[in-house]
This record gives sequence, structure tokens and C-alpha cells, in this order.
Amino acid sequence: MMTLLEALRPIAQHRGDQLVISTMAAVGVWPTLSDGPLDFAYMPSAMGHAPGIAQGWALATGRGVIVLNGDGSTLMNLGCLVTLAQTPANVKLVILDNGLYEVTGGQPICRAGQVDFMAMASAAGLRGFRYSNLSTWQAECERRLQTPGPLVLHLLIEGKLGQTTPKPLRAMAEQIRRLQQYLRQREDSEPK
Amino acid sequence: MIEGSQLLALLLDAGITHVPWLPDSELGRWEAALARAQKPQLIRVCREGEAIAIAAGLLLGGAQPLVMLQCTGLFEAGDALRNVVHDLQLPLRLFVGVRSWKASRSGPVTDTCPRFIQPYVDAWQLRSRWLSGTADDFATALLEPGPLVLLWPE
Repeated sequence: MMTLLEALRPIAQHRGDQLVISTMAAVGVWPTLSDGPLDFAYMPSAMGHAPGIAQGWALATGRGVIVLNGDGSTLMNLGCLVTLAQTPANVKLVILDNGLYEVTGGQPICRAGQVDFMAMASAAGLRGFRYSNLSTWQAECERRLQTPGPLVLHLLIEGKLGQTTPKPLRAMAEQIRRLQQYLRQREDSEPK
Repeated sequence: MIEGSQLLALLLDAGITHVPWLPDSELGRWEAALARAQKPQLIRVCREGEAIAIAAGLLLGGAQPLVMLQCTGLFEAGDALRNVVHDLQLPLRLFVGVRSWKASRSGPVTDTCPRFIQPYVDAWQLRSRWLSGTADDFATALLEPGPLVLLWPE
């Protein structure tokens, strides 16, 4: 088992120029690892819908996206697995599984610790990998993130009780402005 | 009723690039034409909130989506709608088939969709426009900026 920070550190190291959309508890931790225009804290959110936003952005831009999704968020929108398989895009859906709704204080999700997200991903038509061991995750993260998506990465992490909802560093309007400005600059600098 | 090929031409003329889509029986008549076309790209979803989230990502990435679904799905998708229009402030445009609307104009109906669609759209503080069913009217409506809900009487 690994902590949230330990799970996210290799992603920050190997994400390259992929957009990272963070949700829930990851919103509070990810900025300690990376804080640029391609770091999008999806908060305020409609819980469960980060994979859809990622899919749309990947389809529009042809660029890669990594979604740091919670287990509870994933359960709220399991259909996203099938939708992503139906219209493939370069999305890596990272499911951070601590068995808890951590940002509301730590209530257990349905069938905490017993939900087989990899079986669900596979049944939906997606490739996926599960990691519960930090050293294995550290060793394989780069390869997984450099593989074109769609791909599901299920990470078993330690949960924390008594947490509060994290606040993003920037207002949503500012995040969107930074992201779109970055995209325009990249498109202007790339050969047509 | 607008034919499938006509719908495609209208969407392309209006610069629509993607159609996140979960049809009902009436919108479903356009399925074959949309599925055959390379552009706009048809994106099938499992639930309507997903269509709205995907449209948000498309808008953030510079595309011009039109979400097409039935009013029952819009009712279900309330949180996604609230988030994308009011938190992210994106110019979302939706084409919504309103079940039983025509029947409700000529007498009482048991379907509650006609009763709740306009109050629902108003509660979410969305600009809406009822379509007449003609191609010209639809073409004009597609030129309006989002956020916008185009209501299609069924």
C-alpha cells in the first residue's frame, strides 16, 4: 500500500506534456508536485465527470490526458469506462482507491476494498493495470503513462480519516484561461 | 421532420465538430446519418451527464460540440449542467427532444415531461429557444452563442 503522495510522485515525474486533471483529495496534494497550465484542478466539480472532460479534451486536441480520479468518483459514473472504450481517446484514468469518500471525512464507499475496477475496465473493453506495491508502481509508471490511452491504472492507496475538502490554488476561470493560453501557444509553435 | 442528410449539412454549416449523443426514438431517426459521417464526430455516451462533461472537455480544447439528448436525460444530468455552465462558465449548447410536447398542446397528457421542461431550464438559468421543426429555424438557432438549450417539440 502507498500513500496518496507516493502514488502521485511518479506520475508527476513521467507525465511529460500530458494534461493532468485532479479531483477530490488529489486536488490538495498534486500542486505540491506540479503547478503549471497543464495541471487542472477539477474543483468545483460535478463528481464523477472528470473522465468525460478528459475524453472531450483529448478528442478535441489529440493530446494526452491523465485523470486523477477517486474510487468514489469512478463508482458514480461507471459508464465512463464504456464510453471511453466506444470512442477511444488518449486518456489514462488513474483510480486512486482508498475505499473512502475522503474529502467528506472518510465514509466508506460501497463495497470498499472489494470492487474489482480492473474487471470492470476489462469488461468495458479497456486495458488496465492494478498496483498495490509502491516499488512496482515506481518501476512501471513511466511505461504506462507513455502508452497511448485509453488505459486504466488502479492504485491501492492508504486512506485518511477526518480530512476536509481541499481548495484549488486558483479559481476555475483562471485555470481555464491558463490552459487555453498554453494550448494556443503550443499550436502556434507547432509546424502546420 | 428534418432529414438526416439535411441535419448533417446544418451542423457542418454551423461549425459543429462533435455530437455527444444519447437519442430518444425521435432523435434516433438521425442516428444512421450521424454515424456514417466523419464530421461532425458522433460520440455515444451511456448517460446524459457524461455527454455534458465530454462537451465541456471539447469546448476547453477548442472544439464546437452540440449535445443531443432527450429531456429526461437533461433532468438526470442536472449536476453536470450546473457545473459546466455556471462553475466552468462554458458556452454549452444542447439540442433537447421534449417528449410528449405536441400531444400536451392539444389536451391533457399523463407524461410529466412537458410540465417540467421549461421550469427546469429556467431554474438552471439557461437561455432556451423552442424550435419550430423547420431547417431554416434550426440553422438560425445554431448561430446563437451558448449557453443555450434548443428545445425540440416531440
